[in-house]
Amino acid sequence: MSLHTLSVLVENKPGILARVAALFSRRGFNIESLAVGTTEHPEISRMTIVVNVEGLPLEQVTKQLNKLINVLKIVELDTSASVQRELILIKVRADAETRSQVLETVTLFRAKVVDVAPDAVTIEATGNRDKLDAFIRVLEPFGIKELVQSGMVAVGRGARSITDRSLRAIERSA
Amino acid sequence: MTTEQMTGAQALVRALENVGVDTVFGIPGGAILPAYDPIFDSTKLRHILVRHEQGAGHAAQGYAQVTGKVGVCMATSGPGATNLVTAISDAYMDSVPIVAITGQVASSLIGTDGFQEADIAGITMPITKHNFLVTNAEEIGRTVAEAFHIAGTGRPGPVLVDISKDALQATVEFEWPVQLQLPGYRPVTRPHSKQVREAARLIARAERPVLYVGGGVLKAGAAAELKVLTELTGAPVVTTLMAKGALPDSHPQHMGMPGMHGSVGAVGALQRSDLLVVLGARFDDRVTGNLDGFAPHAKVVHADIDPAEISKNRHADVPIVGDAREVIADLIVAVQAEHEAGRTGDYTDWWRQLDAWRDTYPLGYDTPDDGSLSPQYVIERIGRLVGPEAYYVAGVGQHQMWTAQFVKYERPGAFLNSGGAGTMGYAVPAAMGAKAGAPGSQVWAIDGDGCFQMTNQELATCAIEGIPIKVAIINNGNLGMVRQWQTLFYEGRYSNTTLHSQKSPERAVGTTMIPDFVKLAEAYGCIGLRCDRAEDVDEVIAKAMEINDAPVVIDFVVHQDAMVWPMVAAGTTNDDIKIARDMAPDWENGD
Repeated sequence: MSLHTLSVLVENKPGILARVAALFSRRGFNIESLAVGTTEHPEISRMTIVVNVEGLPLEQVTKQLNKLINVLKIVELDTSASVQRELILIKVRADAETRSQVLETVTLFRAKVVDVAPDAVTIEATGNRDKLDAFIRVLEPFGIKELVQSGMVAVGRGARSITDRSLRAIERSA
Repeated sequence: MTTEQMTGAQALVRALENVGVDTVFGIPGGAILPAYDPIFDSTKLRHILVRHEQGAGHAAQGYAQVTGKVGVCMATSGPGATNLVTAISDAYMDSVPIVAITGQVASSLIGTDGFQEADIAGITMPITKHNFLVTNAEEIGRTVAEAFHIAGTGRPGPVLVDISKDALQATVEFEWPVQLQLPGYRPVTRPHSKQVREAARLIARAERPVLYVGGGVLKAGAAAELKVLTELTGAPVVTTLMAKGALPDSHPQHMGMPGMHGSVGAVGALQRSDLLVVLGARFDDRVTGNLDGFAPHAKVVHADIDPAEISKNRHADVPIVGDAREVIADLIVAVQAEHEAGRTGDYTDWWRQLDAWRDTYPLGYDTPDDGSLSPQYVIERIGRLVGPEAYYVAGVGQHQMWTAQFVKYERPGAFLNSGGAGTMGYAVPAAMGAKAGAPGSQVWAIDGDGCFQMTNQELATCAIEGIPIKVAIINNGNLGMVRQWQTLFYEGRYSNTTLHSQKSPERAVGTTMIPDFVKLAEAYGCIGLRCDRAEDVDEVIAKAMEINDAPVVIDFVVHQDAMVWPMVAAGTTNDDIKIARDMAPDWENGD
């Protein structure tokens, strides 16, 4: 099994997230992470889906996704040719004794403390999966009280945009 | 463009008329009620009031398959809509273009568990090509146009349009024609010429090619092109259950149907082939058997209009995405070019082998020695006497396989059945829809007694609406195919498959005719006939054919232990095909 990152451009219509999610569960594809939001064009949403599959099923995933009427375009983003980021919010136990160590770790990982309480801090961190995993591992001994992850978003490197042509299709049909 | 003020319901009916709908099968109810008022006035729409929404769905399928148009069914919200689910699923599995229109509770009630509310768009999401929930009357016209476009183009399939009651009641400016807004829908129909040339190259170089033809060829209307390609290449052809009639059964290059109950010749051809040219077929498990052992020596050229079918189950060496008719037309040109360059396949040895299988293992059946009627004989005689111009509509089970095996199909589209979904109860309503779409043709439902009892209420519809179908019940008093499996794989333990008698003697009621199908037919305003002797079969069929002013039901009481052979048991490979119990063909025969 291997991880693949798909950028899926969809029409911004009600029910599309359910269609995509239902397709994955029905066909037995595993979603590792999923993040959705509108793009620079309000009528297009972009889903970043990380799937855990072999090469051949990946082709099936893309083809089946392409059959959804509201799906405009699917691009697989290669790790080396794209920027991939996730955001986590993590609440860590930090009392007078450990706080300085926790803060040191935060600085080391270029993360940010966004809330402080007498016995805990909440940290915001962004990065790729590897960095965040490492960060979480380092924080673990202090005691993780709560962890929230955003799901990965990714964009291809360079000047080209994958949304342009899809927008033209929408304009043509409107 | 014309603009007119009307209600959402009127807009719905007008849009249906404008896209060319002439027949709608349905049942009214609360949420869809506003739509039924303008239907009452429409002179272009014939609404056929069915007795169960499942019947409406299958009727729309039957209608679609004989007319080549998109079939339409209509139901109200909640249970009306959920009763359509089986038929929608069936249409999805067999790629039949239908549009289902359902009423939905008023938009203010959606999500509140209102009376007769069901999230039918959510429920049908995995079994429709697409579906819509319309809560704004302005969108009704365009949505109907989009639904018909999606259902009928590319790989056909069912589309559901769920419309809230308040949208039907609102007043709108109805505009026509409308601009479709489907930026994500672009079916590819033109095949890639390089791939087609590569396919032709492989055909010319193959020693044991087979054209493996599926339902896509019928849907593309490519039977004429297929015949040309067949004769040009000289290769053997197998047609799947969904493709019966794509090439006439009488054609000398036709090896029959492959699969679990295929002919030895067809199955053997696939297994020993070195090149499968797959046209509009999808490597269904009922065709391939255990996939690992399927056609182990063959390269694969796979042409399908749905890219997701290619390499889904079996890797395609040459993938071709396109409409079967365009693919075959292009293949003809490309194969001709190979021939002109002096590259013609020599299949003499291959045909010697194929002919040996075909001669040694023809389809056949035993006549029961207790004097009871053989079901295969009945079906064979119906096919012979009724002829190739009629439509044959089967349910699901033994009788379906025999109808595929023993009726000879000489033209495309003459055989309708539930292939992918395997929906018992398909035959009667689908036959009704077929007859409504082709009133000048004979339409015979060949049904099992188990299947028949699932949807026979539509006989009332047929009688009242003047849709004189024939129904031949192959009545063996059992769920025959399940019984066959119990015979073969469960040591004859017939758990819950006997329909005609009570389980315990103290509950016996003195007759095995429950229900009495002749009386049932008569109760429904149909003509009921019965036949249980071989010598009466021709006469009863002839009698049924003479009656054209009422539906006819013939209760053929047949032997309960007849089995469908050949058979590839589930989970085994095609090489393990049996021609009768514990009898395997001798593959080397004729070598």
